[in-house]
Amino acid sequence: MIKVEGLTKRYARTLAVDDISFQVEKGQIVGFLGPNGAGKTTTMRVLTCFLPPTAGSAQIAGFDVLEQPLEVKKRIGYLPESPPLYPDMEVSEYLTFVGKLKGLPSADVPKRVNEVCERCAISDVKLKLIGKLSKGYRQRVGLAQAILHNPDVLILDEPTSGLDPKQIIETRELIRSLAGDHTIILSTHILSEVEHSCERVIIINHGKLVAQDTVVNLTNRLRGSEQVALEIQCVNGDLNQMRQRLEQVAGVSHVVLKDTKDNRCSFEVESMQGRSIRAELARAVVNAGWDLNELRAVGLSLEDIFLQLTAAEKAETTEKTEKKEEAAKV
Amino acid sequence: MRNIVVIFRKEMKSYFASPIAYLLLAIFAIIFGFFFYSATRFFVLQGMQMQMMGRGMPMDVNEYVIRPLLTNASVIGLFLIPMITMRLYAEEKRSGTIELLMTSPVRDLEIVLGKWLAALVLYAAILGISAINMGLLFAFGRPDWKPILVGYLGLLLQGGCLLAIGIFISTMTRNQIIAGGATFAVCLMLWVLDWVSAYDQSTWAKIISYLSVVTHFEPFAKGVIDSKDVIFYLSMIFFGLFLTTRSVESLRWRS
Repeated sequence: MIKVEGLTKRYARTLAVDDISFQVEKGQIVGFLGPNGAGKTTTMRVLTCFLPPTAGSAQIAGFDVLEQPLEVKKRIGYLPESPPLYPDMEVSEYLTFVGKLKGLPSADVPKRVNEVCERCAISDVKLKLIGKLSKGYRQRVGLAQAILHNPDVLILDEPTSGLDPKQIIETRELIRSLAGDHTIILSTHILSEVEHSCERVIIINHGKLVAQDTVVNLTNRLRGSEQVALEIQCVNGDLNQMRQRLEQVAGVSHVVLKDTKDNRCSFEVESMQGRSIRAELARAVVNAGWDLNELRAVGLSLEDIFLQLTAAEKAETTEKTEKKEEAAKV
Repeated sequence: MRNIVVIFRKEMKSYFASPIAYLLLAIFAIIFGFFFYSATRFFVLQGMQMQMMGRGMPMDVNEYVIRPLLTNASVIGLFLIPMITMRLYAEEKRSGTIELLMTSPVRDLEIVLGKWLAALVLYAAILGISAINMGLLFAFGRPDWKPILVGYLGLLLQGGCLLAIGIFISTMTRNQIIAGGATFAVCLMLWVLDWVSAYDQSTWAKIISYLSVVTHFEPFAKGVIDSKDVIFYLSMIFFGLFLTTRSVESLRWRS
């Protein structure tokens, strides 16, 4: 559905997007992840034909953004970072205008406007001036505007920014309910957002593609060793002794005592590369006659992945520059 | 075509949903009303004096009232046009709604034409107020209506050309005050260029004076449609809208 090849966008002095390639299949939700200023918005603007690429190509539903922008624009719904709203219009008036602008047949416009108002939970403010709405409502009117003409591809730039927690959950559910019929790209710098609503992640940093994969694969790939949180009811006994005992379990590389509270001690146990240790640990605890309160694998969160990936890239570049310097010295 | 209408209606709504349109209508009504009062008063006094001196020759309303009034209307228009056009693109750029317009399946030219037509219709509505004053002349006298129509045609052509320039300037900034100020300066310049012909008769002076929008309005005020002036205005409108479209296209490359 979306095909990006070697996309590069250069502003006067800065290279905003550097040789990015990726593909999105029909019906997928893809999270576009990166810190502020990574080039997310620029990439989205190229995809929506708002900006032309400096080099490379982008295709939506087989139409090139440079060659056939009108065809591309018919097939996308776009919610920019700040929703493009006219404060002196009423919500329904605004949506009617957008519907006509997007080329919906005039007869269908009122029906579609009602539908998206229901869907985005803005029916109660339909007759209010947009300028008088709160941030959360404006964001939802922006979303309603993007899905109004039932586009094949939805491009959402930080769709949940400025919403309260309840609205965030509602918006995520809305976005997930849109998947299937629509292909969705949403950008965010909030990692939990991607974990919640996306099937695939594309991580970019400083304009470069750092990683792209499913959330599960990324977690597995980067997690070499297993980490286990363990909580034991310690009625008596020496904490150090307990730790030594745990360290003796086969496959354990090291054990950290995290906390002791109300006779409960929690440990964090890390395995050696590629070993599964949960069964062994449980047996050891029971054999020692302790009461096992909790035993669970600590998954690597997207936060960790993200930090690892961006840090790895940083290390690589510093290495490169060091090598260059060395070469220069020689 | 449908897209032009969609943009046109949106612009009309936003002119009349905000105080801009009413303010401009009021300004024009007051200033034009003042000119109308002084022109007719002068006309009546002159007529009475003529009669007292024994010359019963009737004075021409078209020449002594309507012609100066039409010229005055064109000058008032010069001041109002920056206020009509300054928001057209600057506001969209400031509020980010330009992203909506430019990512919708609409050609840049259609947006430009829709906006320009909306501005032109508002300008026509403003001029329409003077029809009340003209109506009074018809109620108490017998002016010739054909030169009046020609005069209004000239006002619309001149307005269309200045509006095209104003909308072009509005695409270049996101600040409405800068857009308005620059448009006002250009309008004023295009008006006073005419003045060089008063003290200079060289070829250069003629060329400069030819560029003035006022030079080309004078025949219309007299009730004369000269193809040279019509072509001047139409080509200025075309040129202005062409520049606007190019400027909007270049927003993509520059931003």
